Amino acid sequence: MLEATDTIIQGLLLGGLYALFAIGLSITYGVMRLVNIAHGDFLVLAAYLALWPVTNLEMHPFVAILPVVVLMFCLGYTLQRVVLNRTMGPNFLAPMLATFGMSIILRNGLQQIYHSDSRSFDIGAVGADSIHLGGTIAVGEFPLIVFVVAVILTFATSLLFSNTRIGIALRATSDDAETAGLMGIRANRTYAIALGLSFALLAVGGVFAGIRTTFTPESGPASLLYAFEAVVIGGMGSLWGTFAGAVILGIAQGVGAKLGAGFGVLAGHLVFLAVLAFKPTGLFERSR
Amino acid sequence: MLQVRNLVARYGEFQALFGIDFDLKQGSIVALIGANGAGKSTFLKSIAGQMPNKSGEIRFNSEEISSLPPDRIVRDGISLVPEGRRLFRSLSVEENLKVGSFAGREGRWTLEAIYTLFPQLKDKRHVPATALSGGQQQMVALGRGLMSNPDLLMCDEVSLGLSPSVIKDIYMVFPQIRAEGLSLVVVEQDIDAALRISDYLYCFMHGKVTLHGAPSELTKEQISAAYFGLETA
Repeated sequence: MLEATDTIIQGLLLGGLYALFAIGLSITYGVMRLVNIAHGDFLVLAAYLALWPVTNLEMHPFVAILPVVVLMFCLGYTLQRVVLNRTMGPNFLAPMLATFGMSIILRNGLQQIYHSDSRSFDIGAVGADSIHLGGTIAVGEFPLIVFVVAVILTFATSLLFSNTRIGIALRATSDDAETAGLMGIRANRTYAIALGLSFALLAVGGVFAGIRTTFTPESGPASLLYAFEAVVIGGMGSLWGTFAGAVILGIAQGVGAKLGAGFGVLAGHLVFLAVLAFKPTGLFERSR
Repeated sequence: MLQVRNLVARYGEFQALFGIDFDLKQGSIVALIGANGAGKSTFLKSIAGQMPNKSGEIRFNSEEISSLPPDRIVRDGISLVPEGRRLFRSLSVEENLKVGSFAGREGRWTLEAIYTLFPQLKDKRHVPATALSGGQQQMVALGRGLMSNPDLLMCDEVSLGLSPSVIKDIYMVFPQIRAEGLSLVVVEQDIDAALRISDYLYCFMHGKVTLHGAPSELTKEQISAAYFGLETA
């Protein structure tokens, strides 16, 4: 019994990391129906961007997250403004193909600069320490930090969408970009903010992922897959749905890994496929 | 205030407007009538900047606006209440109204002023806009249009699909809106309603203006000839 609880708690905490992967993807899909194939590769890029201040300035990886978030926001904003807005239209394949191209460029570019050596961030004792919750259950300090950050950022993002002017503009543009234009809202600018926001959030996930395990220029597609699965399990267009989807994925992987080595990732995929088969709109779909 | 000369507009290969001339004086209510497909909505969309494929001159307060995008035109003071209301379905009533103010024009029309104009909306302010009745939704659409504090408000078929008593409620506010210094263009299929509320009337048919004049100067026969294209005996 205790062991089962432990497995579920570890899975839940892993879900926090997946939520950081997934929320950005959920935003761009929700606001502009953009399926960003390069999402995972940008996540890896964020980790490599953090690598520079961490190795050269001896900055703590947690601190390095801040400049990387700002940088990634600017990159997302600019990419949408300069490249992706030109592809937006009734055909959702065009922007998707553009991001596919970006994915290839990024992966090969990173390979050129950093080669395929795997890297990782060291955060000292916090990376290994754990807190005992009684009995044999203990949670790692770092996974707990990741989970709390994920909850805070999901909460902040949903507040941004529900209570701020830019959030209302994002939702209005998502509902009906043409009519939003009549209100003085420029869809091109709104979309750029949405991708900037998506990149800022994935930057946090990227650096955390680099602390938890290792990363190489080829790590992107796996992160994209987990993000995508979390969004689909949770249901399109709902931030907390995506968060819940990420947690379900994390728990499924945790339980799977308990059943047999190498079974973890597969168990996540099976839950994803089951949701697609029995409730393709996702478990927590918002009715809009 | 608004001057349109030789306006031509197309949807791809299909030509919808064939050289429209149109004038509107400050403070007036102009009605556009005509059958379905006569080009009334296309005309309003052209002025609001939603028809990229067009030629001709559109002058508003002597500024040429025909090449401007919709978000600039609303900042210049022209607001369109689009056909079918087009409320934002994931926004509440109040959020829909707030979006109307995003063009950033200051003025008399605030949330409070809209709730005074349409008291029914105040109790429903936090309800999703699409959960309201048709008439109340139209009030939200009108309120949203007013929230940009326009100099010219264009209303496309505000009475479509509404019951006669609700239509009366909605038309009752037009004189109040005008009293605040706004000018209005109103597209209306109901000829009697159009004659009652307007100072000037344009009749459209097949993308052309077939008749225009003050309601008092026009006869029923002239109007039905221009509306239906029938020759009067």
